[in-house]
Amino acid sequence: MAVDALKCKECSTEYPLDARYVCERCFGPLEVAYTREQDVDVDGLRRRIQAGPHTIWRYADFLPLSSPPRSALPTGFTPLARADRLAERLGLGEVWVKNDTANPTHSFKDRVVSVALARAQELGFEVVACASTGNLAGAVAAHSAAAGLESYVFIPADLEEQKILGTGVYGTNLVAVRGSYDEVNRLCTELAGEHDWAFVNVNLRPYYAEGSKTIAFETAEQLGWELPDRVVCPVASGSLFTKIARGFEEWIDLGLLNGSVPTFNGAQAAGCSPVASAFAEGHEICRPVRNPDTIAKSLAIGNPADGPYALELARRTGGGIDAVTDDDIRDGVRLLAETTGIFTETAGGVTTAVLAKLAERGDIGADERVVIVITGDGLKTLDVARGTFETHEIEPSLEAFEAAVPTAVSA
Amino acid sequence: MAVLVKIPTQLRAVTDGEAEAEVDGGTVGEVLDSLFDRFGDLRERICDDGDLRRFVNVYVGGEDIRFLSGLETEVSDGDEVTILPAVAGGR
Repeated sequence: MAVDALKCKECSTEYPLDARYVCERCFGPLEVAYTREQDVDVDGLRRRIQAGPHTIWRYADFLPLSSPPRSALPTGFTPLARADRLAERLGLGEVWVKNDTANPTHSFKDRVVSVALARAQELGFEVVACASTGNLAGAVAAHSAAAGLESYVFIPADLEEQKILGTGVYGTNLVAVRGSYDEVNRLCTELAGEHDWAFVNVNLRPYYAEGSKTIAFETAEQLGWELPDRVVCPVASGSLFTKIARGFEEWIDLGLLNGSVPTFNGAQAAGCSPVASAFAEGHEICRPVRNPDTIAKSLAIGNPADGPYALELARRTGGGIDAVTDDDIRDGVRLLAETTGIFTETAGGVTTAVLAKLAERGDIGADERVVIVITGDGLKTLDVARGTFETHEIEPSLEAFEAAVPTAVSA
Repeated sequence: MAVLVKIPTQLRAVTDGEAEAEVDGGTVGEVLDSLFDRFGDLRERICDDGDLRRFVNVYVGGEDIRFLSGLETEVSDGDEVTILPAVAGGR
């Protein structure tokens, strides 16, 4: 697909493909527009994709870059694991886990950063920056280091230590702001107006957001060029949620996939659930949350940029947006770990807990094929595992072991 | 009441390149009206039917006016009003 222009999602005004993200006429968000191709050779296109590298660049045809991208870190093509034990535990038919912990910096943010950095380099930027709740911070720092670009990473000062350590190690300029993510984001929006830097999630946001489509492309390809019936995915800004749907839509339009867009269920933490609240109340826009309070810090965006579009997607596909408590989130992390061997950060706990909630409520049909998107690694939020299990400390003797540790039933 | 309004880069095409403007008004709504009196093309860019467009954020002293009283939020002499696009962020 040829990249056409940046286009306002609200009023359709078009702009050139440079570093801009907001419509000057109505302040609506800009999105990359592609020229729709006629008479696509579907088999040829599939073969070309299959012959590509085992990274997101096998989908370069569907990304907003003018030259073949290069990147030192291999992003994407993460496993799609069939989770029969999880399905059985929840009384569901078919559940798959899109395991994006398997990315270079252990979260889906490698996808969006890879695309944003490639575009930043095409546009001639030498400094890259971002506002982040942690995962994006690590990805920007790592990919900038690999590309030899200077970077500035702005985070809320109260972030999990694992995420701070896992970002600073790459040699970025790490700025810890005393405030919430929304305040960090506002600062970066102002800074983007003053410095000629590529803020991946501000002035490069239209390109950055496109990277999330690759989750849809991979999922469909890994399912044998088929669509899932339902997707359960975390919602913070709403960008990932809506772009996964866009990925499926683009391939349906091209004829690469047959069927309709899956049902989309969004997952939020009760301590910061502006989109879930608006969904429950039937609103079209989100009332911002001033003081997010949840262990799912990577989802703690009180003022979600794509909230209205996330609501529209959930309603249009017959899905929903649900919120779960911090205790549910801890249980979700444990449930996924115990049944699939995948250790997720708290955001994945939110997603797994919402899956459990939907199952319990009877919202998911027995014959449905469900994909849950696990966006980050549990090693990034280790504290959540503390105190959730017992350790047997013993003297190094057989007797001590037999006395202290219950023996497995089958032994 | 004299209030300083900070104007984002995306709107400076209609403010003759000005990055800030000092205007009068007792509420955010009145401040914006004074601003529109000076820069006529600004109104339709950020307002629709008298309300702020849904992707426009306005802050008084750094606080989102949706946490205050919206366009009715009172301002005092020397306050700073910031207009910013809502569309930014990921995480």
